[in-house]
Amino acid sequence: MLKRLFRHSKGEGNDCSRLCCTKIENFTVKAGKLTIFENVNIHVHCGQLTAVIGPNGAGKSTLLKAILGEVSHTGTLKYTDAKGKRTGKPIIGYVPQYLNFDVSAPITVLDLFSACQSWRPIWLLPSNLRSEVENSLRRVKAAELIDRRLGALSGGELQRVLLALALNPMPDILLLDEPVSGVDQNGLEIFYNILEDLQNNEDMAIILISHDLNMVARHADQVVLMNKGVVCNGTPEAVFSDHRTRKIFGMLTDGGTHRGGTGFVWVEHRKKPHGQSCGCPECVSKEVE
Amino acid sequence: MEYIYDLLNALPFEWLEYDFMKNAFLAILLITPLFGLLSTMVVSNRMAFFSDSLGHGAFTGLAIGAVVGLFSPMLSLLVFSVIFALLITWIKNKSSASTDTIIGVFSSTGIAVGLMMMSYGGGFNKFSNYLIGDILSITTQELGYLVLVLVLVFIAWGLMFNKLLVLSVNQSFARSRGINVILVEAVFAAMVAVVVAISIQWVGLLIINSLLVLPGAAARNVSNSVKQYHVMSVGSAMLSGISGLVLAYHFNMAAGATIVVISALIFFITMALKPYFLR
Repeated sequence: MLKRLFRHSKGEGNDCSRLCCTKIENFTVKAGKLTIFENVNIHVHCGQLTAVIGPNGAGKSTLLKAILGEVSHTGTLKYTDAKGKRTGKPIIGYVPQYLNFDVSAPITVLDLFSACQSWRPIWLLPSNLRSEVENSLRRVKAAELIDRRLGALSGGELQRVLLALALNPMPDILLLDEPVSGVDQNGLEIFYNILEDLQNNEDMAIILISHDLNMVARHADQVVLMNKGVVCNGTPEAVFSDHRTRKIFGMLTDGGTHRGGTGFVWVEHRKKPHGQSCGCPECVSKEVE
Repeated sequence: MEYIYDLLNALPFEWLEYDFMKNAFLAILLITPLFGLLSTMVVSNRMAFFSDSLGHGAFTGLAIGAVVGLFSPMLSLLVFSVIFALLITWIKNKSSASTDTIIGVFSSTGIAVGLMMMSYGGGFNKFSNYLIGDILSITTQELGYLVLVLVLVFIAWGLMFNKLLVLSVNQSFARSRGINVILVEAVFAAMVAVVVAISIQWVGLLIINSLLVLPGAAARNVSNSVKQYHVMSVGSAMLSGISGLVLAYHFNMAAGATIVVISALIFFITMALKPYFLR
């Protein structure tokens, strides 16, 4: 039943000879004495969508920030392009979970694009990038937003504009940190369609953090379950049938599998009493025993 | 200089008769665009409190220059202000304490050390000028410095504005776009410090910050794009500067304070007009 849902994986295994490949080796991040996560090893390939899942506080966002270089970490990031020639620093595109900015800021979408892409002082000279920006916005179905003020965009529109920015220049690795949290069904649909399009047409690896396990099952080629480190990783099938995943996410009695779901739901501990499918790790481990 | 004076004499304004008014007028024409430009990003980067502390820090700089007497007060003021600004920026990025706490600490230390040194031996009165400022006292040589600073700030603004703008949207977003956040922040802080240090004796510590905040804050109310923001900010700074100077002359008031009051008026007017301008 599950098999039909999962897409076939591309670039399976550790063969880095033909596809561009990024190796995250031994990433550890510490904040003072607190260990956010340790010994994270992940391989991602171009054309692959890697989904990172895990409970809140598992270190998922911090992992992306460490890849970006924004958070100091130990471990290395190794990148090799398809021909095995260019190694070293990949171009990284990043769409934050939520862009915290001043909504009253007098900045248009075109201003932001121009400021990100060129030296030409935008306060003095007219932008020479207009058609180019329009093209990149068209890719995310947002061309009509070009003269809109940033603060006047809706959540979904803003995320699409940020995605367009992250795709310019075309990155080797695209990092998406819960890019569609708080976006309505329609916006979600558009966003995932754009991702699908990128996966098929561009030579890039996508790493996506998501709490939407059904979407992950449908779109990801590789799933990484994190909880202060990598708990397990592999194909969606492998990860979702792993008992450690069950432990962390809990399982709904009905499974939900025959309704096209993954069989897992996010059950918050406090919403249900103990022992009655509350989904808390202790109860689940008792049930498994 | 004579040529410019002649040009100003040709203007049909009675208040431009005196040379000190000519100088003050020229100074206003140079200072206000400077404040208008910087103001946009001081407001966007939420640095209102920061720029305020620079004025306080400048006080220590002055005191060191005057009391130690090794260098000219101007040089000591400039160097100390820049160091003060960079120190705040550095500690702000290093420490996890909130920005306003850190700035508060520096600000009060700056003014306290300055006052302590100046009042040594009971000679504080000769410094009181720096508190209120006197634009009418500006000399032609000092006008030359202003031209130089204006040109430098203009060039720097041309080179680094885009990065600064991205930084003002969101710091970690800027970092992900490959912008050296600390460097850009430090250069901007140093720029504001230089402008504050240069103009504090004509504008005065008590009101210098209003000139760095009000034009940008007013422009923000009525602009949708970066370009409009700049035009409005520089425009409102120059308008309040010139009209403030004229009013101060006619009614015999402190020029700096009059300018600030007019800026504030412009701010409240734009705030009322906000719904008609913002898309």
